[in-house]
Parts: sequence; C-alpha cells; structure tokens
Amino acid sequence: MEIPRHWRLQKQRLALVGEVCPHCQAKIFPARDVCPECGGEAKTAFKFSGKGEVYSFTTLHSVPAGFEENAPYTVALVKLDEGPIITAQLTDVGEREVKIGTPVEMVTRRIRQDGDERGMLIYGYKFRPVLRMS
Amino acid sequence: MEKVYITGIGQVAVGEHWDQSLAALSSKAIRAALKDAGDPQPEIVYIGNFLASSISHQANLGALVCDAAGLHGLEGTTVEAGEASGAAALHMGYLAITSNMADCVVVVGLEKMTDMVGDEIEAFAAQSGDTDFEGMQGLTPNGMAGLLMQRYLDQYHAPCESFASFPITAHANGVNNPFAMYRKNVDLDSYGKAPMVSVPLSLYDVPTFADGAAALVLVNRKLLRDGQKAVLISASEIATDTLAVHDRADPLAFDAVHISTTKALEKAKLTRDCLDLFECWDTPSIYGMLSLEAGGFAERGRGWQFATLDNLALTGRLPVATLGGIKAHGFAPGAAGAYQVLDAVQQLRGEAGRNQIASAQVAMTQAISGAAASVITHILRKM
Repeated sequence: MEIPRHWRLQKQRLALVGEVCPHCQAKIFPARDVCPECGGEAKTAFKFSGKGEVYSFTTLHSVPAGFEENAPYTVALVKLDEGPIITAQLTDVGEREVKIGTPVEMVTRRIRQDGDERGMLIYGYKFRPVLRMS
Repeated sequence: MEKVYITGIGQVAVGEHWDQSLAALSSKAIRAALKDAGDPQPEIVYIGNFLASSISHQANLGALVCDAAGLHGLEGTTVEAGEASGAAALHMGYLAITSNMADCVVVVGLEKMTDMVGDEIEAFAAQSGDTDFEGMQGLTPNGMAGLLMQRYLDQYHAPCESFASFPITAHANGVNNPFAMYRKNVDLDSYGKAPMVSVPLSLYDVPTFADGAAALVLVNRKLLRDGQKAVLISASEIATDTLAVHDRADPLAFDAVHISTTKALEKAKLTRDCLDLFECWDTPSIYGMLSLEAGGFAERGRGWQFATLDNLALTGRLPVATLGGIKAHGFAPGAAGAYQVLDAVQQLRGEAGRNQIASAQVAMTQAISGAAASVITHILRKM
C-alpha cells in the first residue's frame, strides 16, 4: 500500500494543479517550488485548463504490473496550452486517428489498481481527443 | 592526481542464469578479473547494481559480494545510477585511485533479472524514470523510447529503416563474441518484419533483459608492472538532466550526453576524430541515434543520415557496438556500463579477435540511464 504517496499527489492528479512563477509568470507542472525558467521561488498554486495537444505518442503492448486491465494502451507527451509538457495515457480514442498535434483535453479516469481485487484504486488524469460540438 | 589503469577484466556471459545467484555471478567475474590482473590485493570493491533490492529483495551488496569473492573485510559498497550503475561504479573506482585513497580497486557491474518473472519486471525497470509522473502513467523504458522515436520520425522526416543500422551492426559484431547472448546476424528484411513493442519501436530496437556480471581491476602507477597489458582511463564524466523527459525544453536534445561527452573529451585533451571506436548505448536504437547527435558526431536531425551500416561498421568512420553492444550482448542493466568498458579494453589490448579494429588506440564508452537522465562517459587509451 502506498497511501501517503497517492495522498501527496492528489491535487496534481485530480485537479491538474501546478504552480505559476510570481517573478516571470512561467507555468509549472508538476509543482517543484523553484521556477525552471528564472530560478526564482515559485510556490503560487495554478490550476491548468487541461487543454493541450499531442507532442508525441506510443502504444505499449508489454505493460507493468497494475496496468494489465487496460493493455494495450497509448501514452502521450501532451503539450499543455499553458506551456508545460506532461506524460499521460490517452483514453476514449475509439476509431479516431491520433497524430502529433491532435488537440486533447484532460479527463479523470482510473489509472491503476494496487494489488489484488481488494487493493487501492488510483484515479488521475488521462487525456482524450477534444470532442467536436455536434 | 594519480593516473588510473585497468589491468584486469573478467565477465560472465549475459544470459538467463536461473541456477546462479547474485553472489555466484559476481564472484566469477571478480575472480576472473583479479586473475587476469596478476592477482593484486584490492582495497575497495564498488558494485554497480540497479535492481537487486527490487527483484532479488537483496540490499547490502557490499558485504554479499566481498564475502562471495573471498575478499573478507574489504571496503565494499553499491553504486546506483539506474541502468548506468556499472559505469557509475567505475567512476567511483576512478575517484578512489585519482584521489590516492587506494592503490587497487575492483569494480563489478552486476544484475540478476531472472529471480522474478512477469509484469513486475517492467514496473521495476521503470524506476529509472520519474515514478510519480511517468511510471504512474503506465510508461516503461521501452514506452519512453517509443515516444522519443515517434517524435524524431515526425520532426526530422527520418525513415524507420534508418534505425536498423544499430541492431544490424550489433548483431553482426556479436557473432564472433563468445560472451554475447545473440550470435546471429539480422538483416533489414527481418528488422522490417519484427513485431512491435511500443509503436514505432520494434523488437529489434529494444534490449533483452538477462543476468550478468562484468568486473574490472583498477590500479595506480605504483602497482603497474613492466610489460603488463594496461589501459589508461583518460576521463570519467557523469552528467545529469531532468529525471522526467517532459520537464525538458527539448526532449530530443539529450543534454546530459552533450555535457558528459564534451567534458570527457576536454579532460582527455582529445577531439572526436581521435576516437577509434565508440561503445555507445546502442539500444533502444533511438538512444544510439540521439547520442550520435548530442555527442556531436552528427548534426541535429541528421543522425539518421550519419548512422549508415558503413559508418558504424568495424572499418567505418565511427565503429560502435564492436563486440555486439548491448543489443547482442543481452541487457543486464546495472552491469551493461561495465560490459561496454570490457569490450573497449579488449579492443585496446588487441584481443578482440576477428572483430579487432586495426591499431585501436583510443575508445569512448557511454552508459545511459533513464532517457539520458544520467549519462556516464569514459575515455580509454592503449598504453
């Protein structure tokens, strides 16, 4: 059981909360308290919009323990509209073709299960292709 | 600063050694290396290891390995830098001798992958990346390489086949190495038909996990005997980058490769064209490609044009994986950085058999952990 770790990361995972640098306005995700752009202290919380585009992607057939139920799945580097890139699974892709540059948005999904059927369920962000308005 | 010489090498062929423990593997390699060096008395043993705590539930390898090798009471400790741990252990040995702390040091890269089978292995291997923000998304080392290769293909309009030069070269050179796990040639046709592992990465683009141990004996000038086959370590440089690839301004830049290579060449007072061979991190093949670019051997985005079979061959402009590289050797992660150095030492001693590079004087080796989050470069010279 890794309860403390998952508790510590819940704001990042469930609400995409990072930081904004008060000195140079750079947006930071994940939070690191020091601005990678200007080196200044940056502890101001900032909630990301969850919008972005695919920077790169790959489909994994051989997956680690805890992720079997979704295999094979696609993991992407997503460039958020606010600047940072994050690593996340793509979901709800269906028959759509994913390409570099495909617009995506954050959704909350079950990420993995710790241990057996009584193990902890861990939820967090995944990204899906932006749904077109009908 | 004391100079550091490699006077002994010993290895166990990488493979699925179901019947041999961490202790047995390490003691075989160490005893062979000490014998090769003329049985000097070492003072320190550095063990490069990545996954023993996870896969074999065994920590405290200093005591385990010294005891198993019959080196009772010696200073022994583990050095960990992910998949580059073997090279990190060599770096520590280098520091111990340059600083005059010891006259003789044993370094051993050690990994035991087959104490466990199944999906756990993939999860443990992912520990060299960012566990909170990469591993927790289900990303593995092969997945990371797939992400970088996909981006590379798109950004530079490179053909997939250009990556085949790495496994084809490694396999061709592994044929003549009795310590290589794979001793069969592969060709472009079989590369094209290989099953996908992590699209666009196929089976031939990725390493095969197995067990291994590779040991080196280091001495200072005082212990160097006349006529002894010795190789000088001219440089040993570690550089780091952000642990997570998504934290980098340019994920294809491999900055740590650039820093580590540049510093090592400066320290050795050499230029790139002085190198007779480069034991690069040849697999995943995208890492070999990005290493050529970040290391300054090819222009950014042009690595795929440089990495031809002719250029990478034993008689080419920059021979790589000269005794099979990681691809044909088999991949014992924490030992791989030590195997690279063993291969280079054999070339510089003129003991590489049918793979011998004519009049090889200078070799560079480079171990990579994670997606080049830690990079360790060594430059070796024939004495």
